[in-house]
Amino acid sequence: MAADGTPLLALEGVSKRFGPVQALDRVDFAVHAGEVVGLVGDNGAGKSTLVKAIAGIYSPDAGSIRFEGEEVRIKGPQDATELGIATVYQDLALCDNLDVVANLFLGREQVAPGPGQVSRQLDEVKMEHETADLLSNLAVTIPSLRSEVGTLSGGQRQQVAVARSLLGEPKVVLLDEPTAALGVPQTKQVLGLIRRLRERNLGVVVISHNLADVFQVADRVFVLRLGRAAGEFRAEETTEEHVIGAITGVGEGGERNNQQAGEGEEA
Amino acid sequence: MSATGAATAEGATEHRPTAGETLRRIVQGDLSAVRVVLGLVVIAVIFQVQEPRFLSAENLTNLMLQITTIGLISVGVVYVLLLGEIDLSVGAVSGLSAAVMAVLSVKHGWNPYLAIAAAVVVGAAIGCLQGSLFSRFAVPSFVVTLAGLLAWEGALLQVLGQTGSLNITDPKITGLANIFYSDTVGWIFAAVIIAAFGAVVAVGYRRRVAAGLEDTNPLPVIVRFVFFAAIVLAAVAILNSDRGVPLAVMILLAFVVGMEYVAKRTTFGRHVFAVGGNAEAARRAGIHVNRVRIAVFTIAGSMAAIGGVMAASRLFAVNQNSGGNELLLLAIAGPVIAGTSLFGGRGSVWTALLGALVIGSISNGMDLLSLSSAVKLMVTGGVLLLAVLVDAVARQQRQTSGRV
Repeated sequence: MAADGTPLLALEGVSKRFGPVQALDRVDFAVHAGEVVGLVGDNGAGKSTLVKAIAGIYSPDAGSIRFEGEEVRIKGPQDATELGIATVYQDLALCDNLDVVANLFLGREQVAPGPGQVSRQLDEVKMEHETADLLSNLAVTIPSLRSEVGTLSGGQRQQVAVARSLLGEPKVVLLDEPTAALGVPQTKQVLGLIRRLRERNLGVVVISHNLADVFQVADRVFVLRLGRAAGEFRAEETTEEHVIGAITGVGEGGERNNQQAGEGEEA
Repeated sequence: MSATGAATAEGATEHRPTAGETLRRIVQGDLSAVRVVLGLVVIAVIFQVQEPRFLSAENLTNLMLQITTIGLISVGVVYVLLLGEIDLSVGAVSGLSAAVMAVLSVKHGWNPYLAIAAAVVVGAAIGCLQGSLFSRFAVPSFVVTLAGLLAWEGALLQVLGQTGSLNITDPKITGLANIFYSDTVGWIFAAVIIAAFGAVVAVGYRRRVAAGLEDTNPLPVIVRFVFFAAIVLAAVAILNSDRGVPLAVMILLAFVVGMEYVAKRTTFGRHVFAVGGNAEAARRAGIHVNRVRIAVFTIAGSMAAIGGVMAASRLFAVNQNSGGNELLLLAIAGPVIAGTSLFGGRGSVWTALLGALVIGSISNGMDLLSLSSAVKLMVTGGVLLLAVLVDAVARQQRQTSGRV
């Protein structure tokens, strides 16, 4: 298992409060390279807050974040991107009127060499080439790279959004509900893509409500409940019942609480 | 075909374009262009049957001269429509800018080029101001530019002063709309344009083939080139058999081609489409959405000014009606009729030219038939309504088929 050694990304004692609501309460969380962590919890458990703290949307009130072992401050989305943390939000943020290539390179268009530089002429051929390479590496199937993203299926759109996040060569990818509202075959495609991200030795965090999906791809399942770490499980050693127990706070799921989870789950 | 290479990983069969798809590629994936060309043919047949002068070289030349002002203004309007916004001030801005040019040239004796430049600067500054107000305070562009429409019309009256009309005598300015090139020069233009088009198409095609990308069927490229060459040669032949190729038409074409290039081939144009398609996605992708918006409104103001200069040159004067009447609505209606969406993110600068041709033909034909203004306005209104309905229906169909 690649989950040994220094975590790629580690949060220690991270807290975040919104007025009277303690959204995150001293949470320890880690992702290793080549590992998929499922982040689960009920509505309002703090999943989104945790991801937004990592992505630089919120800055935590307390606690520290380490990236590749070094303490870092993530003050904004730009900082996160520069560190190599990419986030794919649930609404995907694609331009439906643009084709796959244009969406992939949106905001980082390649400019043609030579006289085209003056007008910042697009290098469509290069961008299309790189898109084709990236998508075939990820075994993403899109009928035509020049089809408008609005014409694609939900699963294809999700895959385009994930592929786009990889253009910045990130080390950690955060996926917010990647399988929500997808049909069975499309969910399968997206889960396959998540596995290929792991094969590329990325650290992947998947937020999901769907435990069945989480169990299919995650190496580790991290449960948040009311802003606290409510349990951490190796996917292969646990069952959905245990995880549901931790999510709801009923049963024995909570016995492996955050103190244990913080250090050496391999031990 | 590397894209389908990825697809075959899951056993997809090789993609072979059908005849329908090939036809689609011939028209560059923009079927609305075909619709418009068919519409033009229908219009031409109707008027030709009633009035044999309609398709005469003289009348076609007049038609081209009549559409230059609307076409130039529409070029800027297309950019605003691509953002999903609207600019109601372009008519008033064209009048005001032309008045500024006329006053500087006639009353202050400015160099004609400087006077024209001043008009364009006025238009650009107004567009920049309106774009800034719109993006900074998130006031709907409809309201900002409606206020502009009133204010700049007032400014036009102010600039013209007591007389209310200024006759332009400078030959450099009046020449813009009244210079015709000799037959030889016209054919040279045709040759250069066709050669340039062929070179661009060939280079682009060879790069795609060399890179091993999809869309490598040469037939659509060749068909497109032949169509293009035939249209250019026919146009020059017709214009030459009357007074020759007008400078005004060359100016209009230059702006259409140049601004189409900016819209489709440059980073800025890509960002305009992105903001029009999904402003939030554009913002998250790191695009400076407000800068794009301000730039687009600046373009609209500048093009309105250029259109106004052309109108003044054709009329040999600027008066209180300059930029007024139905100019504004026709300049917006043209691109919409020709397929630029009012909802943003879809369209092309060519629709400025095609739309102006449709509107210009209808107006010109009705003039030949000596129809009253009442009929002309009602017909033009009907055509605009029809175009907007087609746009809305197309959008609904996209939505029901899963496209947004």
